[in-house]
Amino acid sequence: MALATGAVVAACFALAVFGPALAPHAEGTIVSRNIFAPMSAAFPFGTDYLGRDMLSRVLFGARFTIGVALPAALLASGAGTLLGMLAAVRGGAIDAALSRAMDTLISLPTLIFSLVVVAALGSSITVLVLTAAVIYTPGSYRIARAVAVDLSATDFVKAARARGEGGLAIMLGEILPNMVMPVLTDFGLRFVFIVLLLSSLSFLGLGIQPPDSDWGGMVRENIEGLSAGAPAVIVPAVAIAILTVSVNLLIDNLPGRRIGRRGD
Amino acid sequence: MAEATTAGGARRHRIGAPPPLAALIVRRVAVSLLLLLAVSVLVFAGTEMLPGDVAQMILGQGATPQALAGLRAALHLGEPAWLRYLHWLWGLLHGNAGHSLVNGMSVATLVGRRLVNSLRLALFTTVVTVPLALLVGITAAIWRGTAYDRVVNILTVATVSVPEFLFATLAVLIFAVRLRWLPALSLVMRGASFAELLRAYALPVATLSLAIFAQMARMTRAALVNTLASSYVEMAVLKGVRPVRLVLRHALPNALGPVANAVALSLSFLLGGVVIVETVFSYPGLAKLMVDAVSTRDMPLVQACAMIFCTAYLLLVLVADLVALLANPRLRHR
Repeated sequence: MALATGAVVAACFALAVFGPALAPHAEGTIVSRNIFAPMSAAFPFGTDYLGRDMLSRVLFGARFTIGVALPAALLASGAGTLLGMLAAVRGGAIDAALSRAMDTLISLPTLIFSLVVVAALGSSITVLVLTAAVIYTPGSYRIARAVAVDLSATDFVKAARARGEGGLAIMLGEILPNMVMPVLTDFGLRFVFIVLLLSSLSFLGLGIQPPDSDWGGMVRENIEGLSAGAPAVIVPAVAIAILTVSVNLLIDNLPGRRIGRRGD
Repeated sequence: MAEATTAGGARRHRIGAPPPLAALIVRRVAVSLLLLLAVSVLVFAGTEMLPGDVAQMILGQGATPQALAGLRAALHLGEPAWLRYLHWLWGLLHGNAGHSLVNGMSVATLVGRRLVNSLRLALFTTVVTVPLALLVGITAAIWRGTAYDRVVNILTVATVSVPEFLFATLAVLIFAVRLRWLPALSLVMRGASFAELLRAYALPVATLSLAIFAQMARMTRAALVNTLASSYVEMAVLKGVRPVRLVLRHALPNALGPVANAVALSLSFLLGGVVIVETVFSYPGLAKLMVDAVSTRDMPLVQACAMIFCTAYLLLVLVADLVALLANPRLRHR
């Protein structure tokens, strides 16, 4: 199971890198007069509302769906992990201040928070990446802090403290190497959440803006074709589902999955 | 130490013993109110970052300087941000959330009817989802480790990790386009018959339920399985109690707290789902209003909608916490 889902995930990421090179047509070229065409040999995924090749569009769209979610997930998971370790190692006022700030952030419903930000700042890719990163940092923080608090009480951390090592050395040298698995699992989860959030925003017309288009945006722009049962609506939606479900199943079947399950 | 809180109340409260339950509840409610206040600061600050002159935006380029000055004074634009925040908060507390920048109508009027529609959608979804999710979650816990449990697990993981708009579009494709059983848009006329009402709500409620159902079933199963791991359950197993009786008579009464907690927390997922579902089905609810307000950058409306959603969310999380607190005395030791 882990192997099969891992292969699917790897394939999705390969698409994000090599997709444009594999695409038979450029993403913006109108190749057919037939809009919302069904699947055919010439256009395996049919054509969209302007008569563009859906296969090429999905291949190009992978860059936006995966390419925007990945840095956001890295930022969220990285910041959450570092701050969580900091809170656990330092404790006291730093821990209290960080934890209360994260509590506040986590009490905003994610989609509503992003709607407010998009209303104020528009939806450039930078804004989208940073918003998603800020929204999902508290989740990573809570898990990292919980694991790091446990680790701080272990003998090897006490020994490091007794040797006179500084906070940073303890965080990076003693604690971080022992929480790789929960951090990786959490990173996968954040990635899925961020893909779903950004796709939903694009679906509402408030995410990636045309002429750029991610998979969520493709569902939106082709929604008119739904009544004709056009593959142009279904294919990008299914592409998102394949990506998110396989990442989630991969995480679920990883060895050592149980470690990170506390807290959040 | 738990008996000090349950039996004696405040009078037998000793130093070092956990505080009485009432104090804990008051403290938890106070924390929620503080969080709500912090959230209101974030929402206000977020929407005030907007560059440009709001008065100019409302009146357009052709406005006279006098009109601009008058509107700026009326909107308190000359005042520092914190004072404007206090004005805004004071207005919100008195049901006066300002006027829409787009059509000049009072935000309270715009929000009012939409809120009722959204609450109705949420209520129907809750009524449909909770019994189903409990049934599936509890049976999966009874037959844990079997093929049934594994199928439920894979299906619910898949459902949780798929965007709501996929269900919504698939549902429209299958039931409205192919089978023609149900309308694709959810427009209820005044004085509609019960059958018409049922048909209009079927698709939005079904798609909204699906996402929450999966979340709730998973959390219910997890809560029960946790209880099933305790030693008194092991004792019952050794005594020869059959699985169904074991779960229903031995484990479930003790898992009621965590399960109720899971139900309340899952319901908070309604808030994300409702945004998508109302948009897909053109349902005249609060979320659709907010999405439209974001597209037109109608800030007073965005602020009011965001505050309503955040309040609802905090309320659900508060209920979940209080249920857990009441059901499990061990949580009171903190």
